[in-house]
Amino acid sequence: MALMLKNARCIDPQVGLDEVCDILIRDGKIMEVGHGLSMEKGVERDLSGKVLTPGLVDMHVHLREPGYEQKEDIASGTRAAAHGGFTAVCAMPNTDPVIDNAVGVEYVKARAKDVGKCRVIVSGACTKGLKGEILAEMGDMHAHGVRAFTDDGHGVQDAGMMRRVMDYASQFDCVVMPHCQDDSLVGEGQVNEGVASTRLGMLGWPAEGEELEIARDIALCRLTGCPLHIQHLTTARGLDMVRAAKAEGLPVTCEVTPHHLFLTEDDITDEYPTSLKVNPPLRTADDAVALVEGLVDGTIDAIVTDHAPHTDWEKDREFELAPFGMIGLETSLGLVLTKLVDNGIITYERMIELMAVNPRGILREEPVRLEAGSVADLTVFDPEQTWTVERSGFYSKAGNSGFLGAELKGKATDVFVGGYATMEDGAIVE
Amino acid sequence: MAFPHKHLIDITEYSRDDIMLLLETAAKFKEVNERRIKQVPTLKGATIVNMFNEPSTRTRSSFEIAEKRLSANSLNFGGSSTSTVKGESLSDTVETLCAYKIDMIIVRDKHAGVPRKIADLSGVHVIDAGDGKHQHPTQALLDLFSIWEEKGSFEGLNVGVVGDIAHSRVCGSLLPALKIMGANTVAIAPPTLLPARPDILGADEVTSDIDGVLPDLDVVYMLRVQRERLEGAPFPSLREYNQLFGLTQKRDALMKPDAIVCHPGPINRGVELDSFMADHPDRSVILDQVYAGILVRMAALYLLLGGSNDGIDA
Repeated sequence: MALMLKNARCIDPQVGLDEVCDILIRDGKIMEVGHGLSMEKGVERDLSGKVLTPGLVDMHVHLREPGYEQKEDIASGTRAAAHGGFTAVCAMPNTDPVIDNAVGVEYVKARAKDVGKCRVIVSGACTKGLKGEILAEMGDMHAHGVRAFTDDGHGVQDAGMMRRVMDYASQFDCVVMPHCQDDSLVGEGQVNEGVASTRLGMLGWPAEGEELEIARDIALCRLTGCPLHIQHLTTARGLDMVRAAKAEGLPVTCEVTPHHLFLTEDDITDEYPTSLKVNPPLRTADDAVALVEGLVDGTIDAIVTDHAPHTDWEKDREFELAPFGMIGLETSLGLVLTKLVDNGIITYERMIELMAVNPRGILREEPVRLEAGSVADLTVFDPEQTWTVERSGFYSKAGNSGFLGAELKGKATDVFVGGYATMEDGAIVE
Repeated sequence: MAFPHKHLIDITEYSRDDIMLLLETAAKFKEVNERRIKQVPTLKGATIVNMFNEPSTRTRSSFEIAEKRLSANSLNFGGSSTSTVKGESLSDTVETLCAYKIDMIIVRDKHAGVPRKIADLSGVHVIDAGDGKHQHPTQALLDLFSIWEEKGSFEGLNVGVVGDIAHSRVCGSLLPALKIMGANTVAIAPPTLLPARPDILGADEVTSDIDGVLPDLDVVYMLRVQRERLEGAPFPSLREYNQLFGLTQKRDALMKPDAIVCHPGPINRGVELDSFMADHPDRSVILDQVYAGILVRMAALYLLLGGSNDGIDA
């Protein structure tokens, strides 16, 4: 069955494309990109006024299955992803049981195949049970398709253990993605150490608790040669370290989240909003400015959501007892379009690099390009559509967004995975 | 004049006038406390829940006495022995309490921000009786009352607060309250017991050298060393703490002749305060602070529950 997507503004910096044209898809692949294309029979969609890009990828997502299905599951999480414009997500391994072996990997892959609405790229744990003590079976997981390893949610505390992780991983074609957090400095920290921790009377989570492990892991990257991808980087100094590592030629990349770009510790009012309790914490306004600069100058490689769903009853409690994390899949594109692209801070091309091209590269996934022969994973959005972030609009099971009530401009309307529509005109295709 | 606040949760929401009105009202309640029968019918019919979710003897007793002297109906709702232990959420607990049709909740909780959350959930009047490491506004008010009685005003007064400022909810309310009232404040502590930004709390000056500032202080406020919070070992020993930061007899010579000593209690004798200072007839106002606690809590209950300063119904 052929599919013709007509009249969208097609943008792909990988092939230098930015023009209104048609795309012909057959057997899950792009057959032709051009003007005035026609086909004998098939489905035709008119996408006038829309922008079409290589499918977006969110490389940092918690789908919560297996183990925490009350928060989210693969069915709901991948629908949220599709609704947000994503064609693929990378699922974090901190489930119950932890994805630290090939059986777990195959379980998530099978569930995604059965009930998923986007591709699910499975990441595996670096250490068994995320405990930071014994190597996980990275080789077996690699044989089952895993290309990214992370103990997300925990920093690997022992430098010698982290060296072992990176040394061992360096024999495979893969990337190690640390969640940088030195527990001896962070302890029970709740919010950024400084103004917020003092004002709110809660223990601080200092920037240095993140920066020390970034510095350490960059040093270990130099020592082992293992590709390193720093997860959810939040501070100006952490960014400077990544900038220096790149200048040195080390295989180091990094990611940021919309909440660390667009929210700061000052947003945590004396109402103690638990939706803004995230790990790492919201930092200072100066840090947020530095992160935006890092997006512009190329230091930051990817925008990710760290989509971290929790039930209402888990979040609706004392700030110090509420779990860390906020959801993001369904607001990420709208926020980036509204706050970065629409006001000219970054171009569409840069956005596509940050949200589609680079994540695939870091995760060793096959590239998607708007050219003949490429897999037809495509995202279509309406850059003019204005909308308000509302709980009732989410496909996610969870509502713990820090952006409820935000007025955004730009929304995904159509998503294609392997040539099949997962979303049409803003509604998930069941 | 109607009191412009529904709650007493965050002292920084109170103006200098609001605080003065509270102190003046507290002073008027002295008369009630000096009668043979120390009770007035002012709050007859009001139902107040004392929701103490962590152990407290002094603050809870002080609130209870204040409530009884104003004839309020009060109920003690102890947290550690009740629903929270059974897994009930704070929201459910508060909604249950509200179904009793109550007028006010006095809350003590080990977690910061809980009083605000209860206020939002319940719609009734809330007084923060200490939330985590955040605030303890009635403690600050009773401290102000004692200082005001001794010194007559706050403007230009030099107040030093000594000790565990990082983990002290007392300080979280006292330092900003002193700033509101126009005093100069010095935070005196080892760096391991200072918050990240003492200036945010209202500290004009920060030092670890108590002897350097003692000669300038009109009020020396000694915080309790919280032995239960010393697992992280922020100083090597109680002995060394006493040497470096304790108000010892030796330091008496450094102090202004009319300087006073405050302490929120309970005292660790020989640690932050030597007995010489704790019991000093001219300097120590520690027991006056305890009495002031009754007075300011009566004033707060009275003003928040709709009384005016014009005529205390005695």
